Amino acid sequence: MKAAVLVFPGSNCDRDMAVALRAAGADVTMVWHKDAEIGDVDLVAVPGGFSFGDYLRCGAIAAKSPVCQALKRHVDRGGYALGVCNGFQVLTETGLLPGALMRNAGLKFVCRTVPLTVATSDSAFTQGYNAGRSIALPVAHHDGNYTADAATLSALRDQDRVAFTYGDNFNGSQNEIAGVLSENRRVLGMMPHPERAVDAATGGTEGLPLFRGLVQQLADA
Amino acid sequence: MKANVHVMLKDGVLDPQGEAVRHALGALGFEGVHGVRQGKVIALDLADGTSEAKIKEMCEALLANTVIESYRIELL
Repeated sequence: MKAAVLVFPGSNCDRDMAVALRAAGADVTMVWHKDAEIGDVDLVAVPGGFSFGDYLRCGAIAAKSPVCQALKRHVDRGGYALGVCNGFQVLTETGLLPGALMRNAGLKFVCRTVPLTVATSDSAFTQGYNAGRSIALPVAHHDGNYTADAATLSALRDQDRVAFTYGDNFNGSQNEIAGVLSENRRVLGMMPHPERAVDAATGGTEGLPLFRGLVQQLADA
Repeated sequence: MKANVHVMLKDGVLDPQGEAVRHALGALGFEGVHGVRQGKVIALDLADGTSEAKIKEMCEALLANTVIESYRIELL
Protein backbone atom coordinates (compact mmCIF):
# COMPACT_ATOMS: atom_id res chain seq x y z
CA MET A 1 0.00 0.00 0.00
CA LYS A 2 1.46 3.32 -1.07
CA ALA A 3 0.83 6.53 0.82
CA ALA A 4 1.92 10.13 0.36
CA VAL A 5 2.15 12.64 3.19
CA LEU A 6 1.83 16.25 2.07
CA VAL A 7 4.19 18.79 3.59
CA PHE A 8 3.42 22.51 3.75
CA PRO A 9 5.47 25.28 5.32
CA GLY A 10 4.26 25.07 8.92
CA SER A 11 3.21 21.41 8.90
CA ASN A 12 4.43 19.83 12.12
CA CYS A 13 2.73 16.42 12.29
CA ASP A 14 3.94 15.23 8.90
CA ARG A 15 6.71 13.03 10.29
CA ASP A 16 4.44 11.56 12.97
CA MET A 17 1.94 10.71 10.24
CA ALA A 18 4.66 9.01 8.18
CA VAL A 19 5.86 7.04 11.23
CA ALA A 20 2.31 5.85 11.98
CA LEU A 21 1.66 4.82 8.37
CA ARG A 22 5.02 3.04 8.04
CA ALA A 23 4.47 1.19 11.32
CA ALA A 24 1.18 -0.09 9.88
CA GLY A 25 3.00 -1.34 6.79
CA ALA A 26 2.58 1.48 4.28
CA ASP A 27 5.24 2.59 1.82
CA VAL A 28 5.36 6.36 2.47
CA THR A 29 6.69 9.26 0.44
CA MET A 30 6.66 12.90 1.51
CA VAL A 31 5.37 15.38 -1.06
CA TRP A 32 6.21 19.10 -0.94
CA HIS A 33 3.38 21.59 -1.43
CA LYS A 34 4.82 23.02 -4.65
CA ASP A 35 4.79 19.64 -6.38
CA ALA A 36 2.08 19.51 -9.00
CA GLU A 37 1.97 15.70 -8.99
CA ILE A 38 1.57 13.30 -6.09
CA GLY A 39 2.27 10.14 -8.06
CA ASP A 40 0.47 6.84 -8.02
CA VAL A 41 -0.54 6.26 -4.41
CA ASP A 42 -3.51 4.66 -2.63
CA LEU A 43 -3.73 7.21 0.16
CA VAL A 44 -2.86 10.88 0.54
CA ALA A 45 -2.47 12.04 4.14
CA VAL A 46 -2.76 15.73 4.93
CA PRO A 47 -1.01 16.26 8.27
CA GLY A 48 -1.58 18.58 11.19
CA GLY A 49 0.27 21.75 11.93
CA PHE A 50 -0.05 25.40 11.02
CA SER A 51 0.28 25.49 7.25
CA PHE A 52 1.19 28.98 6.06
CA GLY A 53 0.92 30.24 9.64
CA ASP A 54 -2.87 29.86 9.61
CA TYR A 55 -2.91 33.12 7.61
CA LEU A 56 -6.29 34.24 6.22
CA ARG A 57 -8.07 31.11 7.56
CA CYS A 58 -6.64 27.81 8.80
CA GLY A 59 -5.84 25.68 5.77
CA ALA A 60 -7.01 28.28 3.23
CA ILE A 61 -3.68 29.00 1.59
CA ALA A 62 -2.60 25.35 1.63
CA ALA A 63 -5.88 24.41 -0.08
CA LYS A 64 -4.88 26.55 -3.09
CA SER A 65 -1.36 25.11 -3.42
CA PRO A 66 -0.34 23.04 -6.47
CA VAL A 67 -0.21 19.80 -4.46
CA CYS A 68 -3.85 20.24 -3.44
CA GLN A 69 -4.89 20.38 -7.08
CA ALA A 70 -3.19 16.99 -7.41
CA LEU A 71 -4.97 15.87 -4.22
CA LYS A 72 -8.32 16.79 -5.77
CA ARG A 73 -7.52 14.76 -8.88
CA HIS A 74 -6.50 11.81 -6.67
CA VAL A 75 -9.84 11.97 -4.82
CA ASP A 76 -11.79 12.44 -8.07
CA ARG A 77 -10.21 9.20 -9.29
CA GLY A 78 -11.55 7.43 -6.21
CA GLY A 79 -8.36 7.68 -4.17
CA TYR A 80 -8.34 7.72 -0.38
CA ALA A 81 -7.40 10.75 1.70
CA LEU A 82 -6.97 11.33 5.42
CA GLY A 83 -6.77 14.81 6.91
CA VAL A 84 -5.91 15.27 10.56
CA CYS A 85 -6.29 18.56 12.43
CA ASN A 86 -4.92 21.22 10.06
CA GLY A 87 -5.31 18.51 7.40
CA PHE A 88 -9.05 18.40 8.14
CA GLN A 89 -9.16 22.18 7.79
CA VAL A 90 -7.38 21.88 4.44
CA LEU A 91 -9.87 19.25 3.24
CA THR A 92 -12.85 21.49 4.09
CA GLU A 93 -11.15 24.47 2.43
CA THR A 94 -10.59 22.46 -0.75
CA GLY A 95 -14.26 21.48 -0.71
CA LEU A 96 -13.42 17.77 -0.52
CA LEU A 97 -15.32 17.61 2.78
CA PRO A 98 -18.36 19.69 3.76
CA GLY A 99 -18.53 22.26 6.54
CA ALA A 100 -15.87 24.44 8.14
CA LEU A 101 -13.76 24.49 11.30
CA MET A 102 -14.28 27.67 13.29
CA ARG A 103 -12.57 29.05 16.38
CA ASN A 104 -13.22 26.85 19.45
CA ALA A 105 -16.31 28.03 21.31
CA GLY A 106 -14.25 28.63 24.47
CA LEU A 107 -11.69 30.58 22.40
CA LYS A 108 -8.87 28.55 23.94
CA PHE A 109 -6.28 26.36 22.27
CA VAL A 110 -7.06 22.93 23.69
CA CYS A 111 -4.21 20.42 23.97
CA ARG A 112 -5.14 17.25 25.83
CA THR A 113 -6.41 13.71 25.36
CA VAL A 114 -10.18 13.67 24.93
CA PRO A 115 -12.83 10.94 24.92
CA LEU A 116 -14.38 10.11 21.56
CA THR A 117 -17.01 7.76 20.25
CA VAL A 118 -16.46 5.88 17.00
CA ALA A 119 -19.74 6.77 15.31
CA THR A 120 -19.47 4.36 12.39
CA SER A 121 -17.31 1.37 11.53
CA ASP A 122 -18.41 1.54 7.90
CA SER A 123 -15.26 2.97 6.31
CA ALA A 124 -11.72 1.82 5.59
CA PHE A 125 -10.60 4.21 8.34
CA THR A 126 -12.91 3.03 11.11
CA GLN A 127 -13.49 -0.62 10.29
CA GLY A 128 -10.89 -1.55 12.92
CA TYR A 129 -13.19 -0.24 15.65
CA ASN A 130 -16.64 -1.36 16.70
CA ALA A 131 -19.22 1.35 16.11
CA GLY A 132 -20.15 2.92 19.44
CA ARG A 133 -16.77 2.15 20.96
CA SER A 134 -15.31 4.81 23.24
CA ILE A 135 -11.69 5.69 22.65
CA ALA A 136 -9.40 8.52 23.69
CA LEU A 137 -7.15 10.46 21.33
CA PRO A 138 -5.08 13.63 21.73
CA VAL A 139 -6.34 16.92 20.34
CA ALA A 140 -4.32 20.10 19.89
CA HIS A 141 -6.17 22.87 18.12
CA HIS A 142 -7.60 26.36 18.31
CA ASP A 143 -10.03 26.03 15.41
CA GLY A 144 -11.87 22.73 15.63
CA ASN A 145 -15.44 23.93 16.07
CA TYR A 146 -17.17 22.00 13.30
CA THR A 147 -19.86 24.06 11.61
CA ALA A 148 -22.15 23.24 8.72
CA ASP A 149 -25.63 24.24 7.63
CA ALA A 150 -28.66 22.23 8.72
CA ALA A 151 -29.01 20.44 5.38
CA THR A 152 -25.38 19.28 5.50
CA LEU A 153 -25.72 18.12 9.09
CA SER A 154 -28.79 16.03 8.26
CA ALA A 155 -27.09 14.57 5.20
CA LEU A 156 -24.07 13.60 7.31
CA ARG A 157 -26.35 11.92 9.83
CA ASP A 158 -28.63 10.22 7.30
CA GLN A 159 -25.71 8.89 5.27
CA ASP A 160 -23.83 7.70 8.37
CA ARG A 161 -20.90 9.98 7.50
CA VAL A 162 -19.99 11.15 10.99
CA ALA A 163 -16.91 9.07 11.83
CA PHE A 164 -16.12 10.30 15.35
CA THR A 165 -17.95 12.39 17.96
CA TYR A 166 -16.61 14.06 21.10
CA GLY A 167 -17.61 12.62 24.45
CA ASP A 168 -17.20 16.07 25.99
CA ASN A 169 -17.89 18.76 23.41
CA PHE A 170 -15.05 21.04 24.48
CA ASN A 171 -14.85 23.04 21.25
CA GLY A 172 -18.53 23.64 20.50
CA SER A 173 -18.77 21.48 17.37
CA GLN A 174 -22.25 21.01 15.96
CA ASN A 175 -23.61 17.56 16.79
CA GLU A 176 -20.32 16.92 18.69
CA ILE A 177 -18.71 16.12 15.33
CA ALA A 178 -14.99 15.31 15.55
CA GLY A 179 -14.57 13.67 12.14
CA VAL A 180 -16.53 13.33 8.90
CA LEU A 181 -16.42 11.12 5.81
CA SER A 182 -16.95 12.09 2.18
CA GLU A 183 -19.95 10.77 0.28
CA ASN A 184 -17.91 7.87 -1.16
CA ARG A 185 -16.47 7.22 2.36
CA ARG A 186 -12.91 7.42 1.02
CA VAL A 187 -12.00 10.80 2.48
CA LEU A 188 -11.86 11.27 6.25
CA GLY A 189 -11.17 14.51 8.07
CA MET A 190 -10.81 14.56 11.84
CA MET A 191 -9.53 17.00 14.44
CA PRO A 192 -8.11 14.42 16.93
CA HIS A 193 -4.66 12.98 16.22
CA PRO A 194 -4.66 9.20 15.71
CA GLU A 195 -0.99 9.39 14.63
CA ARG A 196 -0.11 10.54 18.15
CA ALA A 197 -1.59 7.37 19.62
CA VAL A 198 0.21 4.51 17.90
CA ASP A 199 2.79 3.60 20.53
CA ALA A 200 2.20 2.58 24.15
CA ALA A 201 5.33 4.49 25.17
CA THR A 202 4.08 7.79 23.73
CA GLY A 203 0.40 8.51 24.15
CA GLY A 204 -1.38 5.18 23.88
CA THR A 205 -2.39 2.91 21.05
CA GLU A 206 -6.00 3.80 20.31
CA GLY A 207 -5.07 5.30 16.96
CA LEU A 208 -3.52 2.03 15.78
CA PRO A 209 -6.72 0.36 14.53
CA LEU A 210 -7.26 3.27 12.14
CA PHE A 211 -3.88 2.90 10.44
CA ARG A 212 -3.81 -0.90 10.53
CA GLY A 213 -7.34 -1.21 9.14
CA LEU A 214 -6.69 1.34 6.45
CA VAL A 215 -3.38 -0.11 5.29
CA GLN A 216 -4.77 -3.63 5.33
CA GLN A 217 -7.86 -2.74 3.31
CA LEU A 218 -5.92 -0.73 0.72
CA ALA A 219 -3.25 -3.41 0.45
CA ASP A 220 -5.91 -6.01 -0.27
CA ALA A 221 -7.66 -3.82 -2.84
CA MET B 1 -7.32 51.47 -7.96
CA LYS B 2 -8.12 50.24 -4.50
CA ALA B 3 -10.89 48.13 -3.09
CA ASN B 4 -11.77 46.84 0.34
CA VAL B 5 -13.32 43.45 0.87
CA HIS B 6 -15.31 43.14 4.10
CA VAL B 7 -15.57 39.54 5.28
CA MET B 8 -18.06 38.67 8.02
CA LEU B 9 -19.42 35.44 9.44
CA LYS B 10 -22.83 34.81 7.94
CA ASP B 11 -25.91 35.71 9.95
CA GLY B 12 -26.86 32.74 12.06
CA VAL B 13 -23.28 31.45 12.39
CA LEU B 14 -22.30 31.79 16.03
CA ASP B 15 -19.32 34.11 16.40
CA PRO B 16 -17.46 33.10 19.59
CA GLN B 17 -14.93 35.93 19.23
CA GLY B 18 -17.66 38.54 18.82
CA GLU B 19 -19.41 37.13 21.89
CA ALA B 20 -16.19 37.41 23.93
CA VAL B 21 -15.82 41.05 22.84
CA ARG B 22 -19.45 41.73 23.82
CA HIS B 23 -18.83 40.28 27.29
CA ALA B 24 -15.66 42.34 27.68
CA LEU B 25 -17.52 45.55 26.75
CA GLY B 26 -20.14 44.67 29.37
CA ALA B 27 -17.39 44.09 31.93
CA LEU B 28 -16.00 47.56 31.17
CA GLY B 29 -19.37 49.05 32.03
CA PHE B 30 -20.66 49.72 28.50
CA GLU B 31 -24.36 48.96 28.71
CA GLY B 32 -26.75 48.17 25.93
CA VAL B 33 -24.32 46.32 23.65
CA HIS B 34 -26.72 43.70 22.36
CA GLY B 35 -24.42 42.01 19.90
CA VAL B 36 -20.90 42.08 18.48
CA ARG B 37 -19.83 40.46 15.23
CA GLN B 38 -16.17 40.44 14.35
CA GLY B 39 -14.93 40.29 10.78
CA LYS B 40 -12.00 41.40 8.72
CA VAL B 41 -11.20 43.93 6.04
CA ILE B 42 -8.88 42.96 3.21
CA ALA B 43 -7.43 45.99 1.42
CA LEU B 44 -6.60 45.33 -2.23
CA ASP B 45 -4.31 47.47 -4.35
CA LEU B 46 -5.34 46.58 -7.91
CA ALA B 47 -4.45 47.35 -11.50
CA ASP B 48 -6.66 50.16 -12.79
CA GLY B 49 -9.78 48.89 -14.47
CA THR B 50 -10.03 45.65 -12.50
CA SER B 51 -13.69 44.73 -12.70
CA GLU B 52 -15.89 44.13 -9.71
CA ALA B 53 -16.63 40.72 -11.22
CA LYS B 54 -12.92 39.87 -11.02
CA ILE B 55 -12.81 40.92 -7.35
CA LYS B 56 -15.89 38.77 -6.73
CA GLU B 57 -13.98 35.83 -8.25
CA MET B 58 -11.11 36.51 -5.81
CA CYS B 59 -13.58 36.47 -2.92
CA GLU B 60 -15.16 33.22 -4.01
CA ALA B 61 -11.82 31.53 -4.75
CA LEU B 62 -9.89 32.54 -1.67
CA LEU B 63 -10.73 35.63 0.36
CA ALA B 64 -13.94 34.31 1.94
CA ASN B 65 -15.01 30.81 2.89
CA THR B 66 -18.58 31.02 1.70
CA VAL B 67 -19.59 28.03 3.81
CA ILE B 68 -19.51 30.30 6.86
CA GLU B 69 -18.61 33.79 5.64
CA SER B 70 -20.24 36.49 3.57
CA TYR B 71 -18.36 39.33 1.88
CA ARG B 72 -18.99 42.82 0.62
CA ILE B 73 -16.86 44.58 -1.98
CA GLU B 74 -16.23 48.28 -1.54
CA LEU B 75 -14.62 50.04 -4.49
CA LEU B 76 -12.63 53.07 -3.33
